Amino acid sequence: MSFTLLLIQCLNGLQYGTLLFLIAAGLTLVFGVMGFINLAHGVQYMVGAYLVFAFHQLTGSFLVSVVLSMVAALLFGLLLEHFVFRRLYGRDHLTQVLATFGIIIFLNELAKVIFGPATLSIQPPEFLAGSIQLTEQLRYPVYRFVTILAGLVVAALLYVTVTRTRVGMLIRAGATTPEMVSALGVDVQKLFMIVFGVGAMLAGFAGVIAAPIFAIEPGMGDNILIIAFVVTIIGGIGSIRGAFLAALLVGLFDTLGRTLLTEGLELVFPPSFSTQVGPALASMLIYILMAVILVVRPQGLLPAKGAA
Amino acid sequence: MMRVDRSFLVMGLVFALLLAAPFVLPLIGQAYLLNLLIKAMLLAIAAISLDLLIGQGGMLSLGHAAFVAIGAYAAAIGLDSGIENILVLLLIALAVSGLYALVTGALALRTSGIYFLMITLAFGQMTYFTLTSLAPYGGDDGLTLWSLATLFGSDVVQSGGHLYIVILLTLLVTWWGVHRLSNSRFGRVLRAARDNPERTEIIGFSVFRYRLTAYVIAGMIAAVAGLLTVQQAEFVSPALATWQRSGDLLVVVVLGGLGTRNGALFGAFFLVIVEEVLGSFMHEWRLLYGPLLVLMALYARGGLSHLLLPAPKVSDPAKSGAAKTGAHLVNTEQAT
Repeated sequence: MSFTLLLIQCLNGLQYGTLLFLIAAGLTLVFGVMGFINLAHGVQYMVGAYLVFAFHQLTGSFLVSVVLSMVAALLFGLLLEHFVFRRLYGRDHLTQVLATFGIIIFLNELAKVIFGPATLSIQPPEFLAGSIQLTEQLRYPVYRFVTILAGLVVAALLYVTVTRTRVGMLIRAGATTPEMVSALGVDVQKLFMIVFGVGAMLAGFAGVIAAPIFAIEPGMGDNILIIAFVVTIIGGIGSIRGAFLAALLVGLFDTLGRTLLTEGLELVFPPSFSTQVGPALASMLIYILMAVILVVRPQGLLPAKGAA
Repeated sequence: MMRVDRSFLVMGLVFALLLAAPFVLPLIGQAYLLNLLIKAMLLAIAAISLDLLIGQGGMLSLGHAAFVAIGAYAAAIGLDSGIENILVLLLIALAVSGLYALVTGALALRTSGIYFLMITLAFGQMTYFTLTSLAPYGGDDGLTLWSLATLFGSDVVQSGGHLYIVILLTLLVTWWGVHRLSNSRFGRVLRAARDNPERTEIIGFSVFRYRLTAYVIAGMIAAVAGLLTVQQAEFVSPALATWQRSGDLLVVVVLGGLGTRNGALFGAFFLVIVEEVLGSFMHEWRLLYGPLLVLMALYARGGLSHLLLPAPKVSDPAKSGAAKTGAHLVNTEQAT
């Protein structure tokens, strides 16, 4: 394992981590504030990716389609909230799981009907298509750098919003004592709508920036949703800081594990054994990480204590 | 005191119909329906075990399909290495799934409510990815089995023999066993822990131990469904462990009616019929199935059992339907 490869894997892990954060942030906020378990959150990531693909076909400009997709993702989230999710807040978790499971099935199938079952892809825009020379033999795509940066900027914005603004204060208050917030005259319904819309937009944004890197396909949000759950568990439910830390941790663990583990095993075991066990173990790695954290800190790394 | 319970009559009727099916259906030229019935019965066995967790124990698991897959793979790998006797394979499947349930359950039960759901989901996904990376056993593509298990050399437990009857009997035994279990002291403690874990703990029961035992039992029952799936499909693949399968099981349990004796049974037949009927109308049947689930979740409280057999008496399991258990799950969470 050369140093160059290690550096690339670290960057990839960081990039995956920021993507995970964008998804987990919405999940953890929606759960923290409304006590609402939204399995359909991953589908909103898929919707973002398909939206940017569709707008790109229409307009031909990447930047324009990013902006349009964000707006559309927000509107889509608000529509879902208005017609379905609003009726689910007061209900038990099982009902929420069932209803959002139904939405996943519907939207995955709809994506298949509209765009076909094959995987789609779009190119990153011209001005981000190149790569940067990092060391002598190492070049890294500009686009991936930009996604890392975008993820970090959004994380910072979100953190400032939650800790420093009036809306953020209401969100934090709503997460701890929703009845009291409501009694003080805050329109909780509106607050929920805002939180939900922002969550949907973040997941949509993650889908948008992931579209040029990963394949766009029906069901693409399902696996990443489960990883986002793992992130939420590791970070502590309702905690933005926890989600950030856990997302980077999971991103790095997963990416590095896939390359390092097989090589590491080869030092000890024969190659035939390592190439068989390595990949299996690598795909289990983040779940093992989750299990270890559950044993040591069942409440998560940075649990929300009123403050998000 | 032997009081005739309505749920027994219903189960008796269902059982009689299922028993008659292999004799009647070929006469009217609909023998292919037997495969659908097998599918529904296998689904029902797994769903009954899940209902023990959710309905009785209040443990919201979204990773139950992993146990079905583990049972299936244990049997398939056993067959692949030359073990033919189905009783030996059964023991292997029970041992592997029981051990897996013990380890993952002990970890997942450190939490409750929504955390538990996410963790079981994550462990289920871990199982799925582990199975896809089992290169010697087909990896992603799965494994086709050229020889199937026998009962001491006899083919009664294969499709050419009396697999249908074997599965039907397994369903009956599972139904009966879980019914007995939930009426026993064990079941009462489990329900007590569901409704008020703190009080149950203070009375002197270890909530954790009771829940873990239920989790292991449920996992082992699901593994039996997996083993029988292998006998029917003659094929295993990681698709058995996808989280959508776990979701389907959850749908079966909730739609059927949570914690009711025949809910899982109704739910399983309902799901298989809906899939078949909608699927015969249109290829994209999921476009209708998804919204149907949303509507059922929003408006059909208590599930099919409630719609088909409205409000029996004020008896324990029926009363504590979806709404109550759920409200309770929220409470547990705030308390912990």
